[in-house]
Amino acid sequence: MAEPYRTHAAGPQLIGRTVIYTLLILFALYYLMPLFVMVTTSLKTLDDIRAGNLLALPAQIGFDAWVKAWGTACTGVYCGGLKGNFMNSVSFVVPAVIISTLIGAFNGYVLTMWRFKGSDMLFTGLLIGCFIPFQVVLLPMAQTLGWLGIANSIPGLIFVHVVYGLAFTTLFFRNFYVTVPAELTKAARIDGAGFFTIFWRIILPLSPPIIVVCVIWQFTQIWNDFLFGVVFSSGQRQPITVALNNLVNTTTGVKEYNVDMAAAIIAAIPTLFVYVVAGKYFLRGLTAGAVKG
Amino acid sequence: MNPSLGSSGQALVRPRRGIADYVETALPKVVLGPTLICALIFVYGFILWTAWLSFTESRILPRYDFAGLVQYVALFANDRWWIALKNLGIFGSLFILFCLATGLLLAILLDQRIRAEGFLRSIYLYPMALSFIVTGTAWRWILNPGLGFEHLVRQLGFEHFEFPLIVEPKTSIYAVVIAGAWQSTGFVMALFLAGLRGIDDAIIKAAQVDGAGPIRIYASIVIPSLRPVFFSSLIILAHIAIKSFDLVMALTGGGPGFSSDLPATFMYTFAFNRNQIGLGAASAMMMLMTVMAVIIPMIYSETRRQRHG
Amino acid sequence: MGSLSIRNVVKRFGPVQVLKGISIEAQDGEFLILVGPSGCGKSTLLNMIAGLDTITSGEIAIGGRIVNDLSPKDRDIAMVFQSYALYPNMSVRDNICFGLKIRKVPKEKQDEVVARVAKTLQMEHLLDRMPSQLSGGQRQRVAMGRALARDPMLFLFDEPLSNLDAKLRVEMRTEIKLLHERLKATIVYVTHDQIEAMTLGDRIAVMKEGEVRQLATPQEVYDNPADLFVASFIGSPSMNFIRCPVVAENGGVGVQLHEDAERFVFPAPQAVREGLRPWVGKEVIMGIRPEQITDRSPWSGENPHVVSRSAKVEVVQPTGPDTLMLIHLNGTPVTCRVHPESAPHPGDKMALMFDLSKLIFFDPQSEKRIS
Repeated sequence: MAEPYRTHAAGPQLIGRTVIYTLLILFALYYLMPLFVMVTTSLKTLDDIRAGNLLALPAQIGFDAWVKAWGTACTGVYCGGLKGNFMNSVSFVVPAVIISTLIGAFNGYVLTMWRFKGSDMLFTGLLIGCFIPFQVVLLPMAQTLGWLGIANSIPGLIFVHVVYGLAFTTLFFRNFYVTVPAELTKAARIDGAGFFTIFWRIILPLSPPIIVVCVIWQFTQIWNDFLFGVVFSSGQRQPITVALNNLVNTTTGVKEYNVDMAAAIIAAIPTLFVYVVAGKYFLRGLTAGAVKG
Repeated sequence: MNPSLGSSGQALVRPRRGIADYVETALPKVVLGPTLICALIFVYGFILWTAWLSFTESRILPRYDFAGLVQYVALFANDRWWIALKNLGIFGSLFILFCLATGLLLAILLDQRIRAEGFLRSIYLYPMALSFIVTGTAWRWILNPGLGFEHLVRQLGFEHFEFPLIVEPKTSIYAVVIAGAWQSTGFVMALFLAGLRGIDDAIIKAAQVDGAGPIRIYASIVIPSLRPVFFSSLIILAHIAIKSFDLVMALTGGGPGFSSDLPATFMYTFAFNRNQIGLGAASAMMMLMTVMAVIIPMIYSETRRQRHG
Repeated sequence: MGSLSIRNVVKRFGPVQVLKGISIEAQDGEFLILVGPSGCGKSTLLNMIAGLDTITSGEIAIGGRIVNDLSPKDRDIAMVFQSYALYPNMSVRDNICFGLKIRKVPKEKQDEVVARVAKTLQMEHLLDRMPSQLSGGQRQRVAMGRALARDPMLFLFDEPLSNLDAKLRVEMRTEIKLLHERLKATIVYVTHDQIEAMTLGDRIAVMKEGEVRQLATPQEVYDNPADLFVASFIGSPSMNFIRCPVVAENGGVGVQLHEDAERFVFPAPQAVREGLRPWVGKEVIMGIRPEQITDRSPWSGENPHVVSRSAKVEVVQPTGPDTLMLIHLNGTPVTCRVHPESAPHPGDKMALMFDLSKLIFFDPQSEKRIS
C-alpha cells in the first residue's frame, strides 16, 4: 500500500506521525538494548559491572575479557578459550554449506526441469523432513555415527548438517527454478544439450541470486546450531555454540560476566557480519522458506 | 535410409533408441537418488527406529525387545514431563501471541511510508541472525536479579523494585517467553510486511471512496486479507516453540530445578544425561506427534485449497 | 525431404485423452498451420513432433524416418517458442551457435552459419548484444535465427507472435511468410489466431478438443467449413448463424426467414439443393458471412444470386474501412458489412443486398455442414 491513511486536517496527521515514529524508535531501542548491553559489559571490568548498572557505559574500555574469552576461559575441563571451538565451527560449517547447497541445486534442477512420474510426491516427502523435531533422530543418529566411525568428529558434524539441510536447500532451489521458463530447457534439448550441459551452461549462470540466499541461510543455521553440536560432539571437538554454553554455565569460581558477554559476541560475530553485509538476501531466504508450496 | 515417404504404407525406417537416451532418462532419478535415500533412511527410517526404541525398556544401551507402552506410561507418570508440557503450553501460547501481535503492529507502523524504513527493518530483524545460545546468554545477564534489570531500575530510584523472574521456579518460563519473543518477532514482522505490500491498492482506494476511515479499513479489509500470513506465521512459530531447546539451555538450563523445562530439554536430559534411552525416545515421539498435529492439517488445507483454487 | 507424416497419433495424460487420433500428411516445403482454441491439443501435438512429449500410440515420421523413439536433438528439427527461450547469459551470436557448438561443428563453419543467418534476418548489428538488451521483435528474430542455423528438415513454431504487440505481429507475419518462400522449408506452425492461420498457411488444420475438424487450404476452410465450429472460428467478425425451417419453393428448396413482421424465403444455392431436400419441414442452421450482407453497389444487379431486402438496423459500428451493422433475422442478431457512407442511423430501415450464392447450411444436431 503506497498511501498512508490521511485525515484531511494537518494537526491530527502530525500527531499520528509522531506517535508512529515514537513507537518505532522505542521498539528499535528495545531490540538494540541487548546488543548494547553485551558490548558494554564485555568492555567493563568486574568491579565496574558491580558498581554500575546494565546500561551504564564502561568507565574505561578494556579488552581483557575478550582476550580471556578467546584464549584462556574454561569451557568445561579444558581452559583454552573459544578459539579452538571457533575453528571447529569454521571447519564443519563451510563444507556443510557448500555440499548441501550444491546437492540442493541439482535437486531443485531435477524437480523443475526433468520431472518424472512421482517426482512431485517425492518432493513433498522431502519437504516434510523440514518440519520434524530433530529430537526424534538424535538417538539413531548417535548410534549410526558410531557405527560409521565418525562419532564426535568434524566429518560427523558435516554429515549430519548436510543430511538435514538438504530439505531446505532443495526447497530454495526448486522454488527458484520454478520461475525459470521451461521452454529454455526445451530449446536446449532441441539444440542437443544434455542433462549436465543444460545445468552447467544455462541454469547455473542464472542462479547466483538463489545461491547467495541459500548459502547465507545455511551458514546461519549451521553456525548457530546447538542441538547437533551438543549431542554429536564433546570436549574439544565442540562447535562454538556448545563451548559458549559451557563457558557461561560453569559454576566454579567467580562468575565473570564480562567474559561471558565477550564470548557471546565472538560466537555471534560471523552470522552478524553476514547479516550486516548481505541482510536483504537473508530476508529473502526467510520469506522464501516461509512461502511453502 | 529410405528417404521417400508414401501415404500408403511404404517401408519406413525406424531407428532404435540408443544407450545415451536410456541414460538421459535415468539421470534425473540418479541425481535425486542420494537425497531420497537420505530422507528415507535418516528421516523416516530414524523416526521408525526411535519409535521402536520408545516401545522398549532401553536404558543406557538400546534394547530391541518389544515392551509395549511401558515408557509412555512412565512418561505420563513423570511429574517433570507434565511440567514440561505445561511450560510448553504457557510458553507456546504467549510466545506466539506476542510475536503475532507485535509483528503485526511493527509491520503496520513500518508500512506507513516511514523514512529510514529499511534501517529500522534491519534492526528489528537482526536478532534472527543470532544463535539462541547467544540470545539466551544475553538475556540471562539482563534478567540477572542482582546486577541486571532489577539493579538498573533500583539505581534509577525505585529502591524496592523486585524482578526475580528468572530465578523463581514459578516464573522462570516467562523469562524464556521474553527472550524468545525478542528473537523471533522480527521474522513475523517481515512476513506481515510482505503481506501488507501485496494488498491491492485498488481495494483500499475503493473503500476510501466509500467513506471508510483508517481504522475501519484496517479492521475490515487489511487484517482479514492477511489471513494466509497469520496462518503461515502461526505454523512457523508453533514449530519453533515446540522445538525450543537451545534457548532454554542457555537462559535457564531448564531451571531453577526443572521449572522451565520444555519437552525438548526433557528429552535431552533423559536420553543423554540420565541414560534413559527408552523414556527419551518416548518423549521424542510425543514431540513428533505434536508437531504433526499442527503441520498435517495445514498441509491438508493447503493442498485442498490448491486443488480447488 | 522434409515431409511430415502423423498417423493416428493419440495422447493420453492419465485417464484424459488429449489427442484422439490425429492423422496429417504434410508435403515437403509446405507451411502447415495447427489452429484452434486453447486446450484443443495443438501445442501438445507440436511437442510430440519435437520429441519433447511422448506418444501414447500412433506414429510420427519426419523425412521418412519414424521418430517416435528419437530424442529431440536427433530428429533434425528446430523450434521457435512463444517466449523466444533465448539463453539469457549468452550473446546473440552464442545463442545461435549453441547447438552448433554442442555438435562440435568447426569454428569456421560456425562463423559461416552465423553470418548467413544474420544476413537473412538482417541481424548483423545485433550479434554481440545480450537478449536483455533486445526488443521483443528482435528477440523473436534471434529465436528464428537459432532455428535457421540448424538447417533442419522441419521447422516448428509454437505461437511465436503471441507475445508481440499488434503492429509488430503484422510485420513479423510478413517476414515469416517471406522467409518461407525463400527457404522453401517445411513448417508446422501453431497459433490460436485465425488471421495468422489464414494469412500464413498453405493448409490449415483446425483443431478442437483433440481432433482435427478440418484440414484444407485457407480459402477452402473459409468458404466450405466442415462444421459449425470451424465456421465460427475462422473469419472475423464471425459468421452469422440463423436457425430456420427448410421449405420447398418454386421447385427448389429454400429457408424461411422473417425480419420483424415480414416473412420471406431465401432459395438455397444450386450446389446444396439436393443435400437440403431431405430437410424440408425440419430446421437447419444457415450460415452467412457479414460481407455477404451489404449495401447497394453499382454492380449488385449483375449477380443473379443477390437478393434485396430491407431490414431495421439496430446498432451501427464504424471500423474505418467499413461499417458493421446489426440487424435481426428470425430473432437472431445478424452482422452486416456496409460502406461507411451508406450506414443509416440506428433504428432506421435500410435496403440490404444478400449474396445467396455462398449460403451454407448445418445440421443442428451433428453441427456438420450439409452438402
